[in-house]
Amino acid sequence: MASFKSTKIPIYPKLGEKVTPDTLYWKNYKAPVQIKEFGAVTSIDFSSLAPHNYAVTASTRIHIYGPFSTEPVKTFTRFKDTAYSGKFRSDGQLLVAGCEDSVVRLFDVSGKVALRVFKGHTKGVHVTDFTSDCYHILTGSDDYTCRLWDIPNSTELTSYKEHTDYIRCGTTSKLNRDIFITGSYDHTLRVFDARVEKSVMTMDHSQPVESVLLYPSEGLLVSAGGRYVKVWDLLKGGQPLVSLKNHHKTVTCLSLSSNGQRLLSASLDRHVKIYNTTNYKVVHNFDYAASILSLALAPDDESIVVGMTNGVLSIKHRKSPEEKREMVGKQRMQPVYRIFVKGRNYVPKKDDFLVSKPVKSHLAKYDKQLKKFNISKALDTALESWRRNRKPEITVAVMKELDRRGTLKNALAGRDEQNLSQLLNFLIGNVVDPRFTPVLVTATEMILDIYQAVVGQSSVVDRQLVRLQELVEREVDYQQDLLEVLGMLDTLFATSLPRKECFSVFDGTSSDFENP
Amino acid sequence: MVAHAEIRVVHLGGSKINFREPVITNDSRFLLCASGESVKVYSSSSEECVHDLQGHTDLVSGIVRNPSNHLQVYSCSADGTVRLWDFTDGILIKTFIIGYPIYSIYVSENHGGVVFVVVPMANDKSSELFQLVAVHLPLSGDQEVEARELSAVLCDVSPSGAASFGRKGEYIAAVKGLQLEVFFFKNQKSHRFFLKPGNKKGAKNAFTCVSCHPKEDCIATGHEDGKIRLWRNFNQKKEYTYSTLHWHHGAVNTLQFTPEGTNLLSGGIESVLVQWHYTQENQKDFLPRLGGAITHIAVSPDGSLFCTSHSDNKITIIQSCVKVSAIIQGLVKGEGVRTDLTIDPRSKALVLNGKPGHLQFYSLHRDKLLYNLDIVQQEYIHEEGLDQFEVVKAAFDTRGDWLATVEERTQKGSELEINLKLWAYDEQTQSFMLNTTVTAPHEDQIIAMCFSPSPEITMLVTISFDGHFKAWLLADHSDTKEGASWSCDFVGGYHHLKPGCCCFSADGSLLAVGFQEVVTVWSPSWELLTTLSQPPGAIRELCFGRLSCSKYLLGTSTKNQLCCWNLLTCSLEWSTPVDVSLLQADPLSENMAAFCSQSGCSDLFVFKPGEPRPLYSQKALCTGKVQRAVFAPRDQMLESCEEHAQWLNRSQLYFLTQHMDLMTFSTKTEEDRLLASSKLLMVDDSVAVTPFYLLLGKHRQQQEALTNPMAERIQLPQGSIAIKELLYTPAHVLPSASFLCSMFVRSLLISSSSASEEKEPVEEEMESEEEDSEGEAELRDARQDLGGSAAWGPGEELGAPALTKAQERELRRVKHFDHSWLSSVLEC
Repeated sequence: MASFKSTKIPIYPKLGEKVTPDTLYWKNYKAPVQIKEFGAVTSIDFSSLAPHNYAVTASTRIHIYGPFSTEPVKTFTRFKDTAYSGKFRSDGQLLVAGCEDSVVRLFDVSGKVALRVFKGHTKGVHVTDFTSDCYHILTGSDDYTCRLWDIPNSTELTSYKEHTDYIRCGTTSKLNRDIFITGSYDHTLRVFDARVEKSVMTMDHSQPVESVLLYPSEGLLVSAGGRYVKVWDLLKGGQPLVSLKNHHKTVTCLSLSSNGQRLLSASLDRHVKIYNTTNYKVVHNFDYAASILSLALAPDDESIVVGMTNGVLSIKHRKSPEEKREMVGKQRMQPVYRIFVKGRNYVPKKDDFLVSKPVKSHLAKYDKQLKKFNISKALDTALESWRRNRKPEITVAVMKELDRRGTLKNALAGRDEQNLSQLLNFLIGNVVDPRFTPVLVTATEMILDIYQAVVGQSSVVDRQLVRLQELVEREVDYQQDLLEVLGMLDTLFATSLPRKECFSVFDGTSSDFENP
Repeated sequence: MVAHAEIRVVHLGGSKINFREPVITNDSRFLLCASGESVKVYSSSSEECVHDLQGHTDLVSGIVRNPSNHLQVYSCSADGTVRLWDFTDGILIKTFIIGYPIYSIYVSENHGGVVFVVVPMANDKSSELFQLVAVHLPLSGDQEVEARELSAVLCDVSPSGAASFGRKGEYIAAVKGLQLEVFFFKNQKSHRFFLKPGNKKGAKNAFTCVSCHPKEDCIATGHEDGKIRLWRNFNQKKEYTYSTLHWHHGAVNTLQFTPEGTNLLSGGIESVLVQWHYTQENQKDFLPRLGGAITHIAVSPDGSLFCTSHSDNKITIIQSCVKVSAIIQGLVKGEGVRTDLTIDPRSKALVLNGKPGHLQFYSLHRDKLLYNLDIVQQEYIHEEGLDQFEVVKAAFDTRGDWLATVEERTQKGSELEINLKLWAYDEQTQSFMLNTTVTAPHEDQIIAMCFSPSPEITMLVTISFDGHFKAWLLADHSDTKEGASWSCDFVGGYHHLKPGCCCFSADGSLLAVGFQEVVTVWSPSWELLTTLSQPPGAIRELCFGRLSCSKYLLGTSTKNQLCCWNLLTCSLEWSTPVDVSLLQADPLSENMAAFCSQSGCSDLFVFKPGEPRPLYSQKALCTGKVQRAVFAPRDQMLESCEEHAQWLNRSQLYFLTQHMDLMTFSTKTEEDRLLASSKLLMVDDSVAVTPFYLLLGKHRQQQEALTNPMAERIQLPQGSIAIKELLYTPAHVLPSASFLCSMFVRSLLISSSSASEEKEPVEEEMESEEEDSEGEAELRDARQDLGGSAAWGPGEELGAPALTKAQERELRRVKHFDHSWLSSVLEC
């Protein structure tokens, strides 16, 4: 005696992204905290010191935020013009920033007034950074030069004037105190060695370079400019490795996740894309409200901070494990119908004689009715309002099952005005859904057959019938248009394909829709 | 043909076991059912076949218990004999030759020595009218007895299952069409009761079955419209009454009263066993979802066990109408095998569609259904005229890791529903698990599909009437949660022609798809490599050669042609004008089998694509067209050296004829081996032969052998008069103990004659060549024991040594002969 086989509810493929470990990881962030700054947020930098404060450069100020604060813990306002590139030193004690007024200022994190002021550039300084030995500062400016400064003496050490356009990005090596890389709007990336007079390596990005990033191993260099993100192999003399084109507007900022396995790129197209650094495929994507100018990740990916052109700073914090567990606990609590738990956690002892209880399979309500051949009741249960609204696939599956049993007509017949209008409502809502069309068209035809005689007796039903007709007519028009487009595409493909005896056929999904 | 006599076409099991009502033995331990030309005895607890009672030469058409001996059954057959069997030992006791084909058999306890059989009215088989005759079985000691003493009881009865004996065998009730006839033996009169045809509202009053209450005068009849009528007071012609019970919505196929008459069991197409409580008819119990439509119900004589046979070749054993305790499942053949015959590479089982919506895995080796795989996974509605999902295609990949199935449902007036399902083999559950379902994989019916045999890639190709072929690829989403699933990789076509067949080469490097008259050959990267064509006639089947013949591609066309293309030169190698209906390649060798249909008969040719002469051919294999065929690999390679039988060494060819008989080819050596193995497997018949028994039973036998000699030695000569005297005479009349002691001890001593018997096995071991004479001596000893001092003729006494002398002489002669033969060889 086989058990009753329940109605199979087809699982329709979920549209959208697939669930991967990456998506799970990157989705595990809380809702963003948004802070309004005075102007476009051009730079964000995390301190490597323990509380991991971060400096946000926007307009003429630099705010320093604590990891969970929404108010700045510190503000530097001594800028005459727009400030750029607020950067912490690796010990977290000093902060350097460039300015549109061509002056580079060095601050003590605890102080307010600039400790040192480096003057020498003739135009705005967009790039500042500390070298790895912590005694020098690298700056890059719109006057096409990049310079090295000595902190103790506040003197200029060297100046390189090789770029032919604005220098808008640069980074220093964390392993070697003499090496640094700059990217410029002249489409080139240059690697400099402070011990040598000239640049040691030049790479052509073929787009104005907006951001550069060195891998922790410093064997690979990532540059962003235009819509492209390019990866260069420095050990092979600057050979291009990959070119990624996943954004549709200029890529403005690059960042590495803390373990170096994922690369993040932010762009003016309001997206942040996350790449796997082994195969450079996009594994996740964040959407933001405005064009993104700056992006930074806290150590251990604890938070993602994004600055946008509209001056909004968006901070996402990672969910703590406790919160996650809480969520799971809540879900487990949900079925409250089983209150009696006595003996449920009893573990049988060694000598206990175990009497196995037959496993009782729970059937859904509509299945119970179907089992008893109560077809009308089964359809009624399937048409319950929450089910037909939330899970129309169940209602459709039950209809299909009834159709298979040859009793759909009987189940649809004999309904009063309210029931019928409910049914028609469901049809209006779902009949054009390509997943449900084949079943619902038969149901619609049957309903029209059955209730032909009562048309005109109820204004509600009549209105719904008219709506249904309009809907179907519109859908037929759509289908016709689609077929026309398909035909056009076919001719295009036919002309573009080389004349060969064989051809592959592109599967056009066109469902024939009958006018009931 | 003489040379071919060694290869025989044999029936393989898988015959119908639901043809007639099964019989449960008195002790409820065995279940007997008619299965083709034999009667099968199953153990009702272990479901194993214990005996196969063979002897009938035509379809067995009925089994009944012998009312006078509960260890015997009668069986009747269309060959015109009634046979009496001892089913516990599986021995044929007697054969009664009736002379007419028999369609059913009935017996009654109150009619000793008489069986009632249904035979045709006229002597020829074609007659549509049948009569019930009483046959007096002659009491004779012979094995074969002719029973010519027939007396007609009822004329015009239906050939099967529509008669039943009433209380104490006083009357017999039979139904046919719209009449119920009751024959009273006492006054030799019959009453007939008629029903109206009942045209109104689908009421079909025709009788379908009948059963009589064992204790009361009541007859239950089943009707086509699902009604059950209980007839009473039928010994009057006019004043009979009947009451009606109605639950079944289809025809009532079978009715049966329980032995005490407390319940009435009924079954029909709904596959629900309904138990009506006699006298309280509104109370009924149900046992639903038993499988196919119920065709017969049998009840054990003590009423504890029911069994139902079903239309899907199944017998279900039910314990007291509550629990299904065992299921005996035969090969389900239905109306047609829509899926091809396939072999599961793992279990080596034959796979074909079985009961609706299922695939059955049938072990050819053990002739047993292994399991059914539910493909459709939908509740089967037992109702006539419904369009149900059917499994139409099934294919395995080479390692048996993947199974692809196609199910189809055609509905009048609406579009075709097709589902392609892919099943992954799960090591843990040892079964196939559903991996991917593709709804509507094609816009039209799928004609064929095949897996790529290449080990690197898991790919399935389906071809359809919509003119496309699609390649489905296993995409491994190891980064996602769902795991691997299948998706469409390529859609191809050729000039909007309809494809007809597809085939992968043995290494998976080429795919050949036949588009009507053109064969297209594709590379795995979906480039069209070449097209081959040999008009006229559309390509019916394609087959790549294997192993050394892998450069050949064979195709059969509708216009009686078998073509062989050489793929290296892309040209036709040879072609012959034969009408090949089926072409099968042996996966383990180069051999190909082609079934040709000619003038209502089928011929078989086995050939290698590279050789011009067929290896083996057999004309007139069977009548009609061969439907399906498959090569099944043997688990043990045969070592046949005859040239024409070599093609059967590695694999065996099975085929299905038009009448859905599963046949195969067997060689003499194989039969010999089977016979030898069956002798080895002779075991205690009362216990079902299970592998477990074989394993454990051997162990136990060994143990018994170890303990037995001891038991024999301990055994006292109980028959001894001295001991009896000592034990049974009252103590006060016995002489003194000292006197008795010596007598008692002497009685315990083993006599000298039996001592020689004890020694004998040792001697046997020592000189085995003199066994005969020793055996003779033993006989002599036994005689002496038996006869005691009885005088034996001296001639007889001397006879034995004379014989040994003669033997010695013979031995000497043989020795001499051997020597001369050897020397002659040496001379050569």
